[in-house]
Amino acid sequence: MKFLSEYRDSALVKEYMDQLHKVVTRPWTIMEICGGQTHSLVKNGILEMLPKEITMVHGPGCPVCVTPLGIIDEAILLAQKPNVILCSFGDMLRVPGSVKSLLEVKAEGGDVRIVYSPLEAVKLAKENPDKEVVFFAVGFETTAPANALSLVQAEKEGVTNYSILASHVLVPPAMEAILSDPESRIDAFLAAGHVCTIMGMNEYDPIVAKYKVPVVVTGFEPVDLLQGILMAVQQLEKGEAKLENQYARVVTREGNALARSVMNDVFDVSDRAWRGIGTIPMSGLEVNHRFAAYNARNKFHLADTEVKENPDCISGAIMKGMKKPHQCPMFGTRCKPEHPLGAPMVSSEGACAAYYHYSRVPQEV
Amino acid sequence: MKPSVAFNCPLPKLDFDVITMGHGSGGLLTQRLLQSGVFDLLKNDHLDEQHDGALLPLNGTVAFSTDSYVISPIFFPGGNIGELAVNGSVNDLAMCGAIPKYLSLAFILEEGLRMDEFWEVLVSIRQAALKAGITIVTGDTKVVEKGKGDKIFINTSGVGELHPRAKISYRNIRPGDKVIVSGNIATHGIAIMSQRKGLEFETTIASDTAPLNHLVRSVLDVAGDAIHFLRDPTRGGVATVMNELAGQSKLGISLIQQHLPIDEQVEGACEMLGLDPLYVANEGIFLAVVDPSMADSALKVMRTHELGTHAHIIGEIASEHPGQVVLQSAIGGRRVVNYLTGDQLPRIC
Repeated sequence: MKFLSEYRDSALVKEYMDQLHKVVTRPWTIMEICGGQTHSLVKNGILEMLPKEITMVHGPGCPVCVTPLGIIDEAILLAQKPNVILCSFGDMLRVPGSVKSLLEVKAEGGDVRIVYSPLEAVKLAKENPDKEVVFFAVGFETTAPANALSLVQAEKEGVTNYSILASHVLVPPAMEAILSDPESRIDAFLAAGHVCTIMGMNEYDPIVAKYKVPVVVTGFEPVDLLQGILMAVQQLEKGEAKLENQYARVVTREGNALARSVMNDVFDVSDRAWRGIGTIPMSGLEVNHRFAAYNARNKFHLADTEVKENPDCISGAIMKGMKKPHQCPMFGTRCKPEHPLGAPMVSSEGACAAYYHYSRVPQEV
Repeated sequence: MKPSVAFNCPLPKLDFDVITMGHGSGGLLTQRLLQSGVFDLLKNDHLDEQHDGALLPLNGTVAFSTDSYVISPIFFPGGNIGELAVNGSVNDLAMCGAIPKYLSLAFILEEGLRMDEFWEVLVSIRQAALKAGITIVTGDTKVVEKGKGDKIFINTSGVGELHPRAKISYRNIRPGDKVIVSGNIATHGIAIMSQRKGLEFETTIASDTAPLNHLVRSVLDVAGDAIHFLRDPTRGGVATVMNELAGQSKLGISLIQQHLPIDEQVEGACEMLGLDPLYVANEGIFLAVVDPSMADSALKVMRTHELGTHAHIIGEIASEHPGQVVLQSAIGGRRVVNYLTGDQLPRIC
């Protein structure tokens, strides 16, 4: 397939792999930020092909995984109301709240629908004027602009029965939180290509400067990932710390100014709790004052409640790169995708779920 | 969407436009529905008896299979629920190594179903049965209240006579056997998904629903008991069937990603939706596990048939990693292909 097969070319993969083997002389630990990158690394079997000196650790960039249990419970509460249609992206539906999941609410008769775009949810609100349509707006900087646009659109069209339950998180504060953790052992980052498509690269300059850590903006296909890893290792071997762009076919330094301006019109930056990590200052987006009427938290008088996580889950250590999924005694035993104990097992892009699905080839093979 | 099959048999003139509860009562309205042309449409000696059941002459070992069809939307690019219901049971019989002979047909209709839609489903059922060479010998119609069904549910059960050379069982598979897929994967599931509310996207992808019995028969004629296992990878796709087989046989299965045949548009849609084609439903293809000595001959026969032009050897049975399916990725890496936990759900970004 054009624009895809080129980045899955086995000859190119081999070429980058050979170069990596030539360049690397010491052990390095590299974190890929985005769950999509984790998924691709595991799904394509790249982790097992890398030189043994290179350890990939899997960052917190799985939007479903980091959505706090308390907010999932709120979404479930809303979905159980008889006059509410709750819309969400697909993989949020399966995530268990503290008692049940949205899929179970749907089975019990709740009106829960999968949409591909929040604008679909606005359309639903127009078609169902006697119902309240709530969109469960989760995700990183990638999904925030479209979610913001849905509020602008609803306001423009005078749709008043639409609101969003926002749980938006931002990448750079999470990177800082990981780097400033004294136990952190990350030598370099692969920044999330699609986040940078929106945000550009400028917000990573201060991180590179402050922590002296290479950051390579990287795509998601095998060739992208290997090139990104190679660029990071080349810097590390030379003792450099620069911000580089592997994903230049998509990401520009400035990013998408129009998308950011819609985000800024609708959201304020706020403190945000990350499931498995805790509260990170100024790491989330909340609907601002001007659009308060479209904030489901106001409309339905929701109060964020903190729900205790299972103490056996080591997701914090996994999402900070201190532990690998299979180093957890619960992995694949008491913790499986069908009954996850914590965040990284819940979505297919979570590190534990990716390992569970794709990488249990027996040792003797 | 608009009905897709051309009307060969126009809807007869009726004094009702929609199905009502009375059409399932067994009384006069039921009679009127059946006499409206349903019997004429499906006409054969068995149905003409209008008895409680059918008396069937059969030889030797008989295969028997049943399945229910609950698809939404009922009309989709490339077919409708009627065709699917016939082909589904025909294919299940073919996968047993049987030659499909007779079919039962039971409807659960939702009150309010438009008669012209029901008629089109019936017409496709007739066409599909003719194409497969199976005879509909008994049937039933029930009507449920509005909101208690989804337009139309169909159950079909089929019987067939075992092909004299067929010996299909997971117990027969051995390390070294080749895994063949008879055609492009993931086509049906993506065709359906392209029509689902909220997910609509423009595409020319049409369902590949088809009766596989003729193709299977030609393969069995040539390869006989060298065909160790057959299965149509419907719900759950190729990955699920392979996992079931690995689990049952306690052998490993190695698949080669690059050898999996897939239509470019289907592949593109899977990429866009974040779906793994290995788990997407199929209708008009089957998987065969074949003795290595006969694999090439079986493949050759498949490729000469119109439903098998994209057939490919996609992997083999291994003694390593027992119970597991391992995929060699296009770039040369390896990963496990597991069961899915539930439905594949579109991802966030």
